[in-house]
Amino acid sequence: MSAGKVTDGRIDVFIDGEKVRCPPGTNLIDLVEGMGKEIPHYCYHPKLSVSGNCRMCLVELGTPAMDRETGKPVLDEDGAPKIMYFPNPVIACATRLTSGMRVRTQSAKVRECREAVLEFLLINHPLDCPICDQAGECLLQEFATDYGRGYSRFIEKKVVKPKRTVLGPRVMLDDERCILCSRCVRFCQEVVEDDVLGFVDRGTYTTLTCYPGKQLENNYSLNTVDICPVGALTSRDFRFRMRVWFLKETPSICTESSVGVNTLVGSREGKVYRITPRRNDGVNDTWMSDSGRALYKRIEDENRLIDFRVNRLPVRPEDALSEALRRLQGDKVAFVGSGQSSVEEHFLFNCLSRAAGSVLNCLVSRTREGDGFLISNDANPNVRGALCLGFIDTLPEANLTGLAEKINRGEVDAVVVHNEDLTTAGIGRSLLEKVEVIYLGSHGNGASETASVVIPGLTVFEKSGTFINQQFRLQKFLQAVPGPPGVLDDLVTISRLLNLLGKDEGRLATPAAVWAVLSRRLKCFEGISFDTLPETGALLDGSAFRSLPFCEGPSLHFEPETGTVEARA
Amino acid sequence: MDVFKILGITAKALVVVLVLLSLSNLAILAERKVSSWIQGRVGPNRTALPIIGAIPFLGAGLTRLGLFQPLADGLKLLLKEDPVPDHVNKFYYFLAPVAAFIPAVTAITVLPFGEIVRNGTPRPIVLADLDIGILFIFAVASLGVYGVILAGWASNSKYPFLGGIRASAQMISYELALGLSILPVFMWTNAPGSQAGLNLFAVVQGQEHFWNVFWMPVSALLFLVAIFAETNRLPFDMAESESELVSGFSTEYGSFKFGLFFLAEYAHIVVGSGVFTVLFLGGWRLPFIASYYSGGMTGAVLSVLVFCAKTFLVVFLFMWVRWTLPRFRYDQIMKLGWTVMLPLSLLNIIGYALFLAVWDGI
Amino acid sequence: MAVKILKRRPLSLLEKTYLPQILIGLKITLRNLFRPSVTLQYPEERPDIPEGYRGVPTLVKDANGREKCVACQLCEFVCPPRAIRITSRELETGGEDAHIEKAPDEFEIDMLRCIYCGYCQEVCPEEAIWLQDVFSISGYSREAMVFDKEKLYQLGGTLPDNHFKWDRKKAEEEAAKRH
Repeated sequence: MSAGKVTDGRIDVFIDGEKVRCPPGTNLIDLVEGMGKEIPHYCYHPKLSVSGNCRMCLVELGTPAMDRETGKPVLDEDGAPKIMYFPNPVIACATRLTSGMRVRTQSAKVRECREAVLEFLLINHPLDCPICDQAGECLLQEFATDYGRGYSRFIEKKVVKPKRTVLGPRVMLDDERCILCSRCVRFCQEVVEDDVLGFVDRGTYTTLTCYPGKQLENNYSLNTVDICPVGALTSRDFRFRMRVWFLKETPSICTESSVGVNTLVGSREGKVYRITPRRNDGVNDTWMSDSGRALYKRIEDENRLIDFRVNRLPVRPEDALSEALRRLQGDKVAFVGSGQSSVEEHFLFNCLSRAAGSVLNCLVSRTREGDGFLISNDANPNVRGALCLGFIDTLPEANLTGLAEKINRGEVDAVVVHNEDLTTAGIGRSLLEKVEVIYLGSHGNGASETASVVIPGLTVFEKSGTFINQQFRLQKFLQAVPGPPGVLDDLVTISRLLNLLGKDEGRLATPAAVWAVLSRRLKCFEGISFDTLPETGALLDGSAFRSLPFCEGPSLHFEPETGTVEARA
Repeated sequence: MDVFKILGITAKALVVVLVLLSLSNLAILAERKVSSWIQGRVGPNRTALPIIGAIPFLGAGLTRLGLFQPLADGLKLLLKEDPVPDHVNKFYYFLAPVAAFIPAVTAITVLPFGEIVRNGTPRPIVLADLDIGILFIFAVASLGVYGVILAGWASNSKYPFLGGIRASAQMISYELALGLSILPVFMWTNAPGSQAGLNLFAVVQGQEHFWNVFWMPVSALLFLVAIFAETNRLPFDMAESESELVSGFSTEYGSFKFGLFFLAEYAHIVVGSGVFTVLFLGGWRLPFIASYYSGGMTGAVLSVLVFCAKTFLVVFLFMWVRWTLPRFRYDQIMKLGWTVMLPLSLLNIIGYALFLAVWDGI
Repeated sequence: MAVKILKRRPLSLLEKTYLPQILIGLKITLRNLFRPSVTLQYPEERPDIPEGYRGVPTLVKDANGREKCVACQLCEFVCPPRAIRITSRELETGGEDAHIEKAPDEFEIDMLRCIYCGYCQEVCPEEAIWLQDVFSISGYSREAMVFDKEKLYQLGGTLPDNHFKWDRKKAEEEAAKRH
């Protein structure tokens, strides 16, 4: 360590002659990636242990020479430290950087190594790219264009392996394409600790398989498909449905729970085909649950609302809005918000409830047993948004007893419901029929069936906005696909109602416009604008709500505050 | 004048006009055929009449020649929707095609197109045997330009306007040369002692032995060029200028009004060719033969046929030139008219006068 | 590069009148008048279609009468006017064609959009799409000009090549099972 200069605990290393400063022990591949360059690799994954079996990341490595007697670095005639290069190339993924290291990632020797490794990997590869789902995002394809020779010298018969092995309910294996990188095996062992995958047989006949009698059926199995660098593991849901190069990938947030998993929504021509995780080292690393990936199917759910209705009859949007307005102008109106609404919708909904002189604001809670990893106990993605905006000041309840009482006493004669089913939240159908229900929402349910005014809304994939997750992290999602024709964004609907009520809040029909107001009006949102909100989100100060007994337990990158856990107990 | 005579003259006039119109129609067809042949194409050869077209050989031959095409074209123009743009001056807009068409047809009245020998004296076959024949033709034909100018002005649109302006300038420029170029012909015809005047029949009779074109080639050339310009034919197509003015004066016209313009243009060509035939090609006479049309009706028919053949040869020359020469630029036309044609025709008169003086002196 | 300035020859008096030139021009057009026409009388006479002509794109079947297309959608991707639309499906496991795995469910080419560039044929890894020599397709509606899979195969017919890719693949699979 004495060989190089050490300042503030960081060391200097030289990548292709370029001086870089990094903490000691940094992984070489990560460092080079941070520089905007690339060391090709298959088996290495930043969130998994190093196995070093693909050999693709070979680089030339040198360290400063030390005098054995004095322990001082050997200097050459120019006075610079003498560098001793290892005679053979080493794999970058298993290299932890020490001070003064010299790395050649682009030399002729390195190139030759990569060409040879790639040629070996392709020996038994079936080359069925035309039907392979990985084509377009396949590392074999990418590196073959960089280091491939363009033709095969292999004249022997290729090994034929099973092409359609079912590993689990959601994952399919094509053994011929597998390059035995073992990422999926390590993922199951290390991340979900469900050790079902392994290799059997030897040599070229080595095959990935499940432990006898078991299946790859845990709720994170589709992550193996994501991390598979080739097309060996494929999602049975996405398999053969769309080529990936057609997909437009839009950053979004998973609404499955209050963890707020970062996602990419792949869509083509207004149709969502798949959801993949987006790396956010503060929230979900590179993982995502299988159940969250299936949420896009709700877009084309059969109880999707597409018509504006008054008393169950379809009407024009403006008629529905004026009918809603008539009911809002009474003085016994209650508001039921949703933990699934975005921050912007909460804000406007709150404005609306104040303008209408709401007698009661409440939110319906959705709790269930989380898995302690990426699914928390709270299935509402944005309860903290409602709290921050002051729509509610206590935690939501599963049964709206307060509202039920008020309805019974006749203190409420109209309820504005945003996307919630009141019939499962302690207010029975007979009770609901005593009041006029104005329902805003994307999907139909018990509340919308009894509602006198129904205004359809958009799903999370069809609109832009923000959520505040369990860490009080404000995260942005963008519109991936257009909504059904004629359906208005909830922001448009609510701001129209606000204007009709005579509360001119300006044109607040887009998240950016709402944020221009929000950042001025609320202290916790100061200095935030929708357009400049980083992709990894922004942590807000949630100390004001420390006393509230949130239901979330520990999960990845999240520890509940001790006080809340105690309060829960 | 009794009723029968009026009816008879009217019938004669109708026949002549109808023949002229059908010849003009045929000229349109001829234009299409000649242009396509020169360009290595086949031209119209698909239109067929149901019964005549089904006659073996003859029907197929006529169809291939496109002889039914003028009928189809005429019907099309007649039956098409007749659009009148909002921005035009309606009265003059409707007047213009008529003003272009009537003079073109009227000019034929004084043109002799055959001779009939009655009681030993040859008489012209003509609607009106005027003494001022050529003057009448020039007077009426130059009225045709009013149609073009009216159309250009009444259309109230830039391209027709430019087309009309150019056409009027061009016609005025070339009418001078046109008038001057034929003076030698009448100087020759009105030899001392003759009473020919400006009568066209006399001009033909005067060419009994030798056509004027051989006597006075410069006059013939000047006259030919001038009638090219007068009829707005390429290379003097300033009124239309398809390559720069869309369709010139007739841009805003469609349907049958356009058809009238189109027909008028070809009627002008036919009449112009007829005048050229009379003045320079000996009318219905064949060279070096004094007179053989003495056989009454047979001779008369023969003379008309010879005249028509000659006229059509000149019409063919019109087309042949059109598909050979490129267009002039507007300034080139003006330059040619004022600096070449006019001085040359004056010189021509003087030269011819001297020549006649010498000739008469002998 | 040396610049060579050509001097324009001054016109002679005769040439300045343009008359000889006009006569020469008239001679040329007159000669053309009597030449046979080069027009092809289209519906009765048809042009000879050269090899490699890019006519209507069609789908072809292999020598065994199986569809060659595996729905890789590369043609859909490369198509400049986006005339091609493919919906793919997975073939059933255990079926006769189990070793092929993927096939087009629907394959539509909008012939009104197609520009006959031939990129689809060039890009096809399975040689399944071919531009044929048919150059005059017509229909009475826009819908009729969107050719579906059935119509495309009907136009394309069979390509009698001797790759026998699927046969060989099946044989290899059988051999692997014995191992």
